[in-house]
Amino acid sequence: MSYVTKSPWVIHYDGSSCNGCDIEVLACLTPMYDVERFGIINTGNPKHADIFLVTGSVNEQNKAVVKQIYDQMPEPKVVVAIGICANNGGIFRECYNIMGGVDTVIPVDVYVPGCAARPEAIIDGVVKGLGVLAEKRAAMDNKSAAPAAAEPKAEENTETEGKEEA
Amino acid sequence: MGKRTIIPFGPQHPVLPEPIHLDLVLEDEVVVDVIPSIGYIHRGLEKLVEKKEYTEMVYVIERICGICSFGHGWGASASIEGAMGIEVPERAEYLRTIWHELSRIHSHLLWLGLLADGFGFESLFMHCWRIREHVLDLFEKTTGGRVIFSVCKVGGVRKDIDAATLKEISDTLNALKPEIKKLTDVFLEDASVKNRTVGVGVLTKEDAIELGAVGPVARGSGVYQDIRLTGNGAYHELGFEPMIEEAGDCYARTKVRIRELFQSIELITKAVELIPEGPIDVPVKGNVDGEFVLRLEQPRGEAYYYAKGAGTKFLERMRVRTPTNQNIPSLVKMLKGCDLADVPILVLTIDPCISCTER
Repeated sequence: MSYVTKSPWVIHYDGSSCNGCDIEVLACLTPMYDVERFGIINTGNPKHADIFLVTGSVNEQNKAVVKQIYDQMPEPKVVVAIGICANNGGIFRECYNIMGGVDTVIPVDVYVPGCAARPEAIIDGVVKGLGVLAEKRAAMDNKSAAPAAAEPKAEENTETEGKEEA
Repeated sequence: MGKRTIIPFGPQHPVLPEPIHLDLVLEDEVVVDVIPSIGYIHRGLEKLVEKKEYTEMVYVIERICGICSFGHGWGASASIEGAMGIEVPERAEYLRTIWHELSRIHSHLLWLGLLADGFGFESLFMHCWRIREHVLDLFEKTTGGRVIFSVCKVGGVRKDIDAATLKEISDTLNALKPEIKKLTDVFLEDASVKNRTVGVGVLTKEDAIELGAVGPVARGSGVYQDIRLTGNGAYHELGFEPMIEEAGDCYARTKVRIRELFQSIELITKAVELIPEGPIDVPVKGNVDGEFVLRLEQPRGEAYYYAKGAGTKFLERMRVRTPTNQNIPSLVKMLKGCDLADVPILVLTIDPCISCTER
């Protein structure tokens, strides 16, 4: 990870997962895997976070919460969907209260499958997210001369929401 | 009387790994009322009985919660076995008991870490989770998974543990004992930690009984209650006495869990000595016809399983009642009259598992 020049801070939210992926996310921070040695810190404040780790799928009740955390994060930001439930609903896909993966509500950059996702896979997902973060930052720098950086994403968002309602 | 303010707590909050929302009604710094609201992780998995066969339902129920997943798998399999009238071989019962106690150790270590994190003792949190990894390694070696195992099935267990690995389990745990002791002494003796827990959030014995508290919350208030006493699994042969503390405050609940940690190590050591040879499963034929109720002592308290079938490969109803669900009324009672700064500690001392609560 020597190419990483900035340490991202992550924020974690449990959509409707079984806890399995959540405790694996926390396990990444603790001495066995210890991503904190790279300066990656789990913050509780969306405004401090670069990478959003979502575990579990979304439902009507937490849809707004996930969206709100995402909106509060400053640009550039990356969303990592952790565990098969966050990817597409997983074993709970057929449940009546599951809308599907996190990408039905917010755009997802990296998908980490697994039930439960292993800490190695989660760390790998975050490292992949760093690449996306760097790309987005470069895109923002380029577009600061020519504006309208965030607009395509906002459109994409309304599109997916529109589909859900239709 | 001061002016009342409402402070929303959660669903996204630094001390909560899981979402629960509490509206805290404050007068100055004192909580006078609490309105809990849940529903952020409701999945409706009991309804899946219509779509998944009863053998598959075990894996769905296991995924109610990733912390006590083994217990849920056991509860689902054992309630279906009960409804079908299947006798599980002795060795399978012992293996289930060993895994169940291992998950208790991992769950309590996890909880101790979260509590330390809750009062801002970051290095203690890290050390608890460092020791927990040794237990997860044992899980990985015996079941293949770290948090979700899928090792229980209707009719027995899927994997056997050979004698050498059994020996290794008890040796590893006994070798961990001094390290765990060193850690838990900080929780029990450190003055700054005790300032946060002693006398905070007292739940009296009467209240605990009236509000239906279960598990370490009830035992911390002096209620003599532990479902392992009913002797399911191999507990009837292991000899067992629940850990009771009388004070009913956060310190008592912490102490109950710490004593249970060491007790679980002893239970596993004993089970490893006594485990009989034999088959680990019985063949399962036919469909579920009938109903069965089962209670199991999870790390967080009593869990209740109900399975009902009507002769088809799909169950008619599978109902699970989980311990945190039972402990939320006690939590609301404890929170009334406490300081705002103590709210995270109090929420943590019931060891909330919201995924269990909402399913």
